[in-house]
Amino acid sequence: MPRIHGMYSVLMSIGHTLLGLLESGPRHGYDLKRAFDETFGHDRPLHYGQVYSTMSRLLKNGLVEVDGIEAGGGPERKRYAITDAGITDVEQWLATPQKPEEYLQSALYTKVVLALLTHRDAADILDTQRSEHLRSMRILTDRKRKGDLADQLICDHALFHLEADLRWLELTAARLDKLREAVAR
Amino acid sequence: MNPRHWARDLAMGARFAVTGGREGWVRMTLTAVGVGLGVALLLLCTAMPNVIASRNKVEDARYANVYSQTVPPKADDTLLIAVADTTWHDDDIRGRIVEPEGRRAPLPPGVDRFPGKGEMVVSPALKDLLDSDDAKLLRERLPYRITGTIGESGLIGSHELAYYAGASGLKLSVTFPVTRLTEYGKPDAPPEETDPVLLLMVMVVIVVLLTPVAVFIAAAVRFGGERRDRRLAALRLVGSDRGMTRRIAAGEALAGALLGLAVGTGFFLLGRQKLGTGELLGVSVWPSYLDPAPALAALVAVAVPVAAVLVTLLAMRGVVVEPLGVVRAARQRRRRLWWRLLPPLAGLGMLYPMLGQGHENGDFNQYLVIGGVLMLLIGITALLPWAVEAVVVRLGKGPLSWQLAVRRLQLSSGTAARMVNGIAVAVAGAIALQMLFTGTQNRYTESTGMDPDRVQMQVEFSSPKPPSGIERAFTGTKGVRAAAVLARAEYGDSRRDPKSNSDLTVGSCAALRELAALPSCKDGDVFIKRTRSGYSDPSNAAEIALAKPGRQLYIDPSYDGEDRGLEVPWTVPANLRQVNARKDSLQEYASLLVTPAALPAKAAPAVFSDGVYLRLDPSVPDSREYVRNVAARMDPLAQAFGWSATQENAKYTSIRTGLFVGSAFVLALIGASLLVSQLEQLRERRKLLSALVAFGTRRRTLSLSVLWQTALPVGLGLVLATGVGVVLGTVLLKMTRIPVAMDWASVLTMTGVGAAVVGVVTLLSLPPLLRMMRPSGLRTE
Amino acid sequence: MTTSPPGRLLTAQDLRKTYAHTHALDGAEFSIHPGEVVAVMGPSGSGKSTLLHCLAGILPPDSGSITYNGREMTTMSDAQRSALRRSEFGFVFQFGQLVPELTCVENVALPLRLNGTSRKEAERAALGWMERLEVDDLKGKRPGEVSGGQGQRVAVARALVTGPRVLFADEPTGALDSYNGERVMELLTDAARSTNAAVVLVTHETRVAAYSDREIVVRDGRSQDMERAI
Repeated sequence: MPRIHGMYSVLMSIGHTLLGLLESGPRHGYDLKRAFDETFGHDRPLHYGQVYSTMSRLLKNGLVEVDGIEAGGGPERKRYAITDAGITDVEQWLATPQKPEEYLQSALYTKVVLALLTHRDAADILDTQRSEHLRSMRILTDRKRKGDLADQLICDHALFHLEADLRWLELTAARLDKLREAVAR
Repeated sequence: MNPRHWARDLAMGARFAVTGGREGWVRMTLTAVGVGLGVALLLLCTAMPNVIASRNKVEDARYANVYSQTVPPKADDTLLIAVADTTWHDDDIRGRIVEPEGRRAPLPPGVDRFPGKGEMVVSPALKDLLDSDDAKLLRERLPYRITGTIGESGLIGSHELAYYAGASGLKLSVTFPVTRLTEYGKPDAPPEETDPVLLLMVMVVIVVLLTPVAVFIAAAVRFGGERRDRRLAALRLVGSDRGMTRRIAAGEALAGALLGLAVGTGFFLLGRQKLGTGELLGVSVWPSYLDPAPALAALVAVAVPVAAVLVTLLAMRGVVVEPLGVVRAARQRRRRLWWRLLPPLAGLGMLYPMLGQGHENGDFNQYLVIGGVLMLLIGITALLPWAVEAVVVRLGKGPLSWQLAVRRLQLSSGTAARMVNGIAVAVAGAIALQMLFTGTQNRYTESTGMDPDRVQMQVEFSSPKPPSGIERAFTGTKGVRAAAVLARAEYGDSRRDPKSNSDLTVGSCAALRELAALPSCKDGDVFIKRTRSGYSDPSNAAEIALAKPGRQLYIDPSYDGEDRGLEVPWTVPANLRQVNARKDSLQEYASLLVTPAALPAKAAPAVFSDGVYLRLDPSVPDSREYVRNVAARMDPLAQAFGWSATQENAKYTSIRTGLFVGSAFVLALIGASLLVSQLEQLRERRKLLSALVAFGTRRRTLSLSVLWQTALPVGLGLVLATGVGVVLGTVLLKMTRIPVAMDWASVLTMTGVGAAVVGVVTLLSLPPLLRMMRPSGLRTE
Repeated sequence: MTTSPPGRLLTAQDLRKTYAHTHALDGAEFSIHPGEVVAVMGPSGSGKSTLLHCLAGILPPDSGSITYNGREMTTMSDAQRSALRRSEFGFVFQFGQLVPELTCVENVALPLRLNGTSRKEAERAALGWMERLEVDDLKGKRPGEVSGGQGQRVAVARALVTGPRVLFADEPTGALDSYNGERVMELLTDAARSTNAAVVLVTHETRVAAYSDREIVVRDGRSQDMERAI
């Protein structure tokens, strides 16, 4: 399960996300952190420091500007607004397709082949894995039902990936005999 | 419209029809069998003129005119022939007794050698009958040895009962049913003029029988319509336009119709053999008689495919085939009444000018009659869908089965109406005809003046016989309660060439009581009737004066130039009483009634009887056969016949028989078509039925809903049919100037028969329904 | 997982069923507790639908025993099993289950009317369930006039209207896209949980199976409880 959230944090570009949040109007740094956490953060909220360093990078690149500063100073008191260049940057980022992830190597595949090579029961491995996957899916489904739209979106993404794994498991289970022959050769 | 496109699309449709996989073949087979049945029936009709002509030809070829005024002299080529018809239960047996008088005597058609004395040649059917176990009495009646069979050329049907028996010593006589001839054949007679009312009936019968067949063929072409529509939708998806789609549909119908023609021809040829070897309602023919008239057969061959295409195009009119499915325009658009009223109104309009024409005022216009009746009947098929829709829309409340049925009908009232069309048309026609028949019955049924309660059978001998032997023979016969033998003798007022002469009737007291009201009677009494019949002056004063008590009369006086009579003197007894004749006297001619003991014994040889009146014991089933046997033993040429109060005109009867035979065929056909479309509908809904059963629907509920679904449109159809039938019957009766009287019993019978057909069909479709409701229907194929 | 089982509601032991030549079921086992959702999975032709049909009393197995609420179902007459299906079970199929000529509310009311409820009352109850499944605005429409997802929700409403103790769903989302499929599954399982009805869910989609509490896999007519396999 941690795998899922880690994956999302890594894949996410915090800079572009914050820029996108600013498109609806100028915000304080603190507001930005709250908005991010609500929509994308879930289990891992942003640190203030992370917001501060990202915003100063964006300021330097001319993608945002300071809209106003409230009394008291400090980075969280600054109000940021997006610039035209910033809007263009978000557009470009959104328009660039993500590189599809290809799982050409996986531990599961290795396990199956190893089991076959060592004449262990690969079907057992597959069944165990299947149950584990389905258990994850059940938890995600449950969470999806209780959560808001954002929860649904993120859980669905995970569910579809798990489903893909499961399909592979099913196919492999169906092909085990052929696989056994191939490995034995 | 480009004819090449037409040809191409029709051909494509035809190809779809035969390459539709298993489903396609099932549908195709249904259509072909349906159309085939209709075509076979039509071909049978086209053969009818030939059947009548062939039968007439045979009748003519074997006709021996026993009533001929001129009898040829005995020669090498003459034949004596006598009529010896008899009856076995309800079947008439044509019998002739023949005696060739020379080597060149003419052989009857179908007979290759004359039977010798005591021998006979018989028709195959009679041979089978005589060989059967229960024909013992008939074998006794026809005690001749069978030496051959009569060939096809001498019989009017394969099941005709006929024989030629050989004899010697036949006596030619004017009163005898014996004649001498040199050749067979009917004397040329001017063609009989057919009563225009009878002709009207024939026309109506033909229209009434053929219209349901046409309706049936139209329905058969649409078998499997729903599945076909789905395929057409698939064709639209790959780019065929609406016109093409229609033409392809027409092509499929055309293929079905053509295959149906082939199948129908096959059915007809099979049926021809079957009909040629079987019989229906006492009518049988030979297969060779059932040759369709070429022109009519050609008409069938052209009309059926053309009608198939037209019907399809007409049906597609209300259907919009879209690429993703079929939209029935009928659902959006409520059926309108006005144009549906046009055909029946047009029909009435065609018949109207002939109202009150009667049968004296010349022939009815055939085209108007046929057209008018046809339009009225076709009008039913136009009105019924509207009526079903109009009624069903207003229905609602009721148990679940009712709800299911009503909703289904609301969604597709057209299909339901189509199913019922045939039966409604048939019933309407039958009701109209029944009214016509009932109305005209009196005209074509004559009263015979016979009272079957008094006498059940009468035997007439070919030559007079002494009464004592007759009475003995019949009184002892099984099943005879009483035999009244009435004999006659001639008397005059002198031995030779009497100035006054008359007949007297001799009979027992019981027999004489059948002629007059006798106050008391014992053997030896003599009576004279106060009135005489057959004269303009009913007073019997002259004979009463002649037969005065105490007067000397002579029985069997002699006449100049003839054989000498017995000339037995007889004194009129003093106890002669005048009595009143019975209005329902059995015999009329002699007024002097004499019991046997009142005559001198010497007079007995001068007393003769022509026959006997019999009262039968109804508890003896074969009493009539016993009587016929006794009569035949005494006189092979005797005629024994039962009494009935009325007698129908023979042509009238044969039209009626024709109607019954035809109706039997048509109803069977319609029943078959109903069954097929019912099963098809069920098959369409197989999955749904299984699902309904899965969540616990009782089979009874589903069966009931199927019943309602049929019963509702059928009920409406029958109501409409009754209405149209009564109107048509009334118009026909008005045309023939016969007072309109409703025969509700027969109307009910006709609708009852229609309803019974539907009931049978529903029963027959129940087993498949129950089978379809099995949960295995849930399995995906 | 969500319910602590007080006892088994429906169990089957050693079910065998043979069609013409194939062994559709070859010793299958099954059990379900009240309120439990059990997914029956397996490749096509593995016998999962046959198992469902046997469990629901639609098909009698060739041998084996099925106990519902302590009663042996295999020895019941057809009429008894029909009555059981009417009053205790509910059904949702992939398609072809709504009567096309009845309106949606009439379709939902159908099982109640089969049990003899008056039309008015049946349709009132039906409307209540249609509201829960968010299809009450379709009440006057005929099945041909509604979308697949809506039709399936109508079917779910119909399956639940009698308050069944077991709901049998055979590929209930098979003809739907993922969005409508998920929606139907959510509503179905929510409704079943709220009435403590057990759900036997035959599906080949794991995402649909994820709505279950437990999973059984049927392979070659034999069943395998995946929880116990761990």
